[in-house]
Amino acid sequence: MSLNTQARTLLTVITEAAIEQVLVRDLDRLGVRGYTISDARGRGSHGVREGAWTKSANIRIEMIFPRAVAEVTLLHLQDTYFANYAMVAFLQDVEVLRSDKFL
Amino acid sequence: MIDVVVLFFLFGLAAGLLRSELKLPVALYESLSVFLLVAIGLKGGQGLASQPLAPLLPQLLAVVVLGVVLTLIAFLILQYAGRFSRADASSMAAHYGSVSVATFAVGVNWLTTRDIPFESQLTIFLAVMEIPAILVGIVLMRGLGKQTRWGALAHEALLGKGVTLLLGGMLIGWAAGPDGLAPIKPLFFDLFKGVLALFLLEMGLIVSHQVDELKKRGLFILSFAILMPLLSAVLGLGCGILLGLSLGGVTLLATLAASASYIAVPATMRLAIPEANPVISLAAVLGVTFPFNILIGIPLYHRLASYFIGVAG
Repeated sequence: MSLNTQARTLLTVITEAAIEQVLVRDLDRLGVRGYTISDARGRGSHGVREGAWTKSANIRIEMIFPRAVAEVTLLHLQDTYFANYAMVAFLQDVEVLRSDKFL
Repeated sequence: MIDVVVLFFLFGLAAGLLRSELKLPVALYESLSVFLLVAIGLKGGQGLASQPLAPLLPQLLAVVVLGVVLTLIAFLILQYAGRFSRADASSMAAHYGSVSVATFAVGVNWLTTRDIPFESQLTIFLAVMEIPAILVGIVLMRGLGKQTRWGALAHEALLGKGVTLLLGGMLIGWAAGPDGLAPIKPLFFDLFKGVLALFLLEMGLIVSHQVDELKKRGLFILSFAILMPLLSAVLGLGCGILLGLSLGGVTLLATLAASASYIAVPATMRLAIPEANPVISLAAVLGVTFPFNILIGIPLYHRLASYFIGVAG
């Protein structure tokens, strides 16, 4: 038996918890229908982001959608946040079932 | 004798500097800060229940002006003496024009330990003084232009966690009065010092993490983070004496003026002035100003207040 999977794109964004609310508003405006947010810790060019308290906390947002929507969203993030915020964002190809959930 | 709650701060600081594994859970830190804000609010509100509120309006106006003036002075010093960019100067000025609840709590504890009374409206001053500096900082950066999302920022400033809890606590304390509060007094009033001690333990750990950053920033930041609160305290003292506050009230207003925000303002500034480097302000506020105020500042402001009230009276 073979799985009937479809290709989608996963956009992962790791950024400052401080901008979670504005970011979520942006995603709504861009028509993103679903996302998962989790707390994150780590180290990068902005130093250790240990998440010990809100000022140094990070979040990771994951979204799965068609390639075109992913690119629009990523472009928006680049234009709006890359210059001044700690943000890493990347795309990955993934395969999903129930592709109608990821439009 | 150094206050026992301050010893907890020094303990946390030492543990952090020695790179101990010690770490309080984030949720506990947040819970402790909620407790402190509610307790301070309840206490202030309870005091206000027994006095008329109308005479407080001119006093509130005076402390708002104080907050605005402090922010402008800090901005001028940072931009001209410190050669900061406009963004960094505006953002850091907002930190120093605003106030710190933790510093206020240590001040309250210092006074009550010595049985020095102070006016209940100081709690309202605490809530009110958090806000003007944020707005002035944004205007210094952006002018009164249309590109600033004032609605969203006002919402952030007025309904942030700190102000909401303080005002909520005050309303409940005011509505319930001392009798109504009696059932919850053991939790919020009797345990205040113990909770403050645990909270300051975490603050010591947080402060210890700023030391590396401070070493990179040099002498100007260090001097500013000590001299600015001293100057602010003197202006706060003057304001308190003009308002006719008691010795305890003047000391606490000087402490408020000298304190710098490290929760509400950084969060708002990150959104309002993203170009500003948040690390510089936090290193100055947490690494220098907060410890300076609780270790040296508060006793000093009390002595200055005693002296000037003696002279004025």
